[in-house]
Amino acid sequence: MSSIREEGKDQIIFVTKEDHATPSSAELVEEDPNDPYEERGLILPSGEINWNCPCLGGMASGPCGTDFKDAFSCFHYSKEEVKGSECLEQFRAMQECMQRYPELYPQEDDKVSETDKTSQDSASAEISGANSTSPTVQDSNTTQPNTEGSVES
Amino acid sequence: MLKCRNVWKKLAPLARASSTVCRQNVRRAGLPNGRIPARVPVAHMSTGPTGGGGENHLYVLLVGAACLGGGIYAYQTIKGDQQRYQDRINEISSRSQKAATEEPTTPIQSEPPAVKASKTEAVPEPETQAAPSPEEPSPPVPDVELAAAPSETAEPPPADEPVVEAPQEEAAEPPAARVVEEEPSPPSEPSPAELTEPPPAPVVESEPTAAAAAESPSAEPPEPQPEVVAVSGVDSTPASLKVPSHTPYLLIGGGTASFAAARSIRARDPGAKVLIVTDEPDLPYMRPPLSKELWFSDDPSVTETLRFKQWNGKERSIYFQPASFYINPEELDSAENGGVAVLTGKKVVQMDVRGNKVKLDDETEISYDKCLIATGGVPRNLQVIERAGEEVTQKTTLFRKIDDFKSLDKVTRNIKSITIIGGGFLGSELACALGRRSHESDLEVIQMYPEKGNMGKVLPEYLSNWTTEKVKREGVKVITEALVKSVTCKDDKLEIQLKDGRLVKTDHIVAAVGLEPNVDLAKSAGLEVDSDFGGYRVNAELQARSNIWVAGDAACFYDIRLGRRRVEHHDHAVVSGRLAGENMTGANKPYWHQSMFWSDLGPDVGYEAIGIVDSSLPTVGVFAKATAKDTPKAATEQSGTGIRSESETEDTATSPVASSTPAPAMEQHKDDYGKGVIFYLRDKVVVGIILWNVFNRMPIARKIIKDGEEHADLNEVAKLFNIHED
Repeated sequence: MSSIREEGKDQIIFVTKEDHATPSSAELVEEDPNDPYEERGLILPSGEINWNCPCLGGMASGPCGTDFKDAFSCFHYSKEEVKGSECLEQFRAMQECMQRYPELYPQEDDKVSETDKTSQDSASAEISGANSTSPTVQDSNTTQPNTEGSVES
Repeated sequence: MLKCRNVWKKLAPLARASSTVCRQNVRRAGLPNGRIPARVPVAHMSTGPTGGGGENHLYVLLVGAACLGGGIYAYQTIKGDQQRYQDRINEISSRSQKAATEEPTTPIQSEPPAVKASKTEAVPEPETQAAPSPEEPSPPVPDVELAAAPSETAEPPPADEPVVEAPQEEAAEPPAARVVEEEPSPPSEPSPAELTEPPPAPVVESEPTAAAAAESPSAEPPEPQPEVVAVSGVDSTPASLKVPSHTPYLLIGGGTASFAAARSIRARDPGAKVLIVTDEPDLPYMRPPLSKELWFSDDPSVTETLRFKQWNGKERSIYFQPASFYINPEELDSAENGGVAVLTGKKVVQMDVRGNKVKLDDETEISYDKCLIATGGVPRNLQVIERAGEEVTQKTTLFRKIDDFKSLDKVTRNIKSITIIGGGFLGSELACALGRRSHESDLEVIQMYPEKGNMGKVLPEYLSNWTTEKVKREGVKVITEALVKSVTCKDDKLEIQLKDGRLVKTDHIVAAVGLEPNVDLAKSAGLEVDSDFGGYRVNAELQARSNIWVAGDAACFYDIRLGRRRVEHHDHAVVSGRLAGENMTGANKPYWHQSMFWSDLGPDVGYEAIGIVDSSLPTVGVFAKATAKDTPKAATEQSGTGIRSESETEDTATSPVASSTPAPAMEQHKDDYGKGVIFYLRDKVVVGIILWNVFNRMPIARKIIKDGEEHADLNEVAKLFNIHED
């Protein structure tokens, strides 16, 4: 049983697991998917890429930002059967750039991709390689959303 | 211009009179026949003579006298101005030598009074402006009446000033010699943007003064002295080599908010060129580890590397990015894809909002298109310590920067006793960190504050007391309800006298008594400072004035949900910096994503909080018992992040209900506030939430605050958090 106590203006409630077993009756306001103020994920409602997504870390803003944007945009809008197959040139350019900044983009092969939130983008090996090289000085993102959203080839 | 008009007004009646007479004569002459001259009552001015032949002579005399008078007047003015100009230049040149050796601020301060003292128009401006422009050919037009001031058209950056009015066009000065004309009134304070870098600095203010116009063109040929100006010419000085004279995005301050804005700008504006100006010698870094993780490091060289191991074992540096991320300021202009450049060790001392430029402490000027002020703050000090004399202040640390961390680390290795004054976030965290260290050494750690318990202004009393017990268990001697009366230095030890009579002897003091937001630029920029919260007053979009945004600790902003506030937390700096960056690139979004904060007090007590968390508000706390799984350590291990703020900001769009996992059965312990949720209410609406030893539920808390609903039973709301589970 929950116990309630008052200490002046402060109320203290102790609850057991059973107390909280029943579903909550608290009502939350429904989310508006088109709310312009809300922080967005990687893909905006319009279908464009949100370069300012915190999930990208410093990828779009660093010295190789432009190359990264080119490559990833190409991939994102690619309609080929093998998605991104026409984007090899951009990815090569991006890799070259990243190799010039090993401090920022350490070449680790065992890192899990952390940027893709959308399940529809199938990540090519190059993308996962590129994304996993996103600066480790940024903490790698949580593994929880990864299990939800990331897709690895 | 006014002068010109006045002169003309004086001459006009005479001119009209003489022209009338002239016309009359002509008419008479042109009517040789006996045609009766139409005695049209032509406007006879009182001064107009009506006589006969003698009037010709009179007419000539009058006009001649008028012209002569005008000519003499003009000559006098020009001569006088030249003299004043010369004096001014001399003063400036002598001042520029002084400025090299002493405080740069004093010349600036002495300048406005000097300006006011000299004449109504701010003379220095046109002169210093005129001086650099001799590089452009300027045909001198020493005509008093032509207030000719063609603007510098070669300027791409925004001269949003109303550059000089109509009379401009009369002037025939082809390659715009930039002449600045001042308003007579004293906004000479914002205006003293002395042009030290000719090309990009746009026209400051425009106000037609015939004298100014006349003197600059005329002054140039006789006095082409570009070197007289403090920083002369195009690129002859070392200062202008290093610093770009114009940047599209200027970020003042090199902390968390600034870095977040830089990243946001670069993400949204492809190829953006961002210049960060900071007075610290370091690249942008994060502050929370300075009072937490860095102290727990086993690495003896931690003060050099500034790397720390997170709970999950991963190491990282406190710097957001290594140096290779940034480009050199010199290369900013030419960088094809833009970049972020950091100018360290330079302080912005003045801001010219109308001219869209700032002045640094070495007299360099940088103009911008968009500017962010993220100057953060300076730690407050106790008055009793400030007045106590140098011996005491030398043994006192005000903790905020990397240098403070380094010096405190060194000090604590060599002393026996340290006292932390202040019971808030910083004080408590430092006390716990040092308390941990005291286990290895025999360092005595004392913490004293006026409240009844740690975090007394944040946590409700029962929780504050509980926290204080935990802090004591970390090895800290806590002295509550302590008001410092005086501090003296005796035999190389500090003696702190409290108002209730207690005496505390210690070797070193750390004062963690709050932060004073840095609003130094408010005066020169004409920015509003908030009287309730301090800091620059900005709107919900973080904008202070056109092209100026403020973010981070220094911003007192309007939160649509919670009202006007100023927040001094890391995540707020990230969120507001990012938002400011978005708005600088045209987003126009208000502050909406509520920032959070967190604190760890040792390995057992950790909490995350969001919204307004003020202990004076009524609270409702819902608690369960904590198991070994509910500690900050466990939380970060599970989520794989080192810093919970990272897990927050790098995390998006997760479902609001936490995943449930089977939890072990637990007991009820009445007074053990192991884990739970505390709601802070204002008018029955939840405005703040603390997640006490409950982690990764922040999105739910954020949603509840965003809704702003009145909930009848907060226990029901607490169910949403699944506090019994991991």
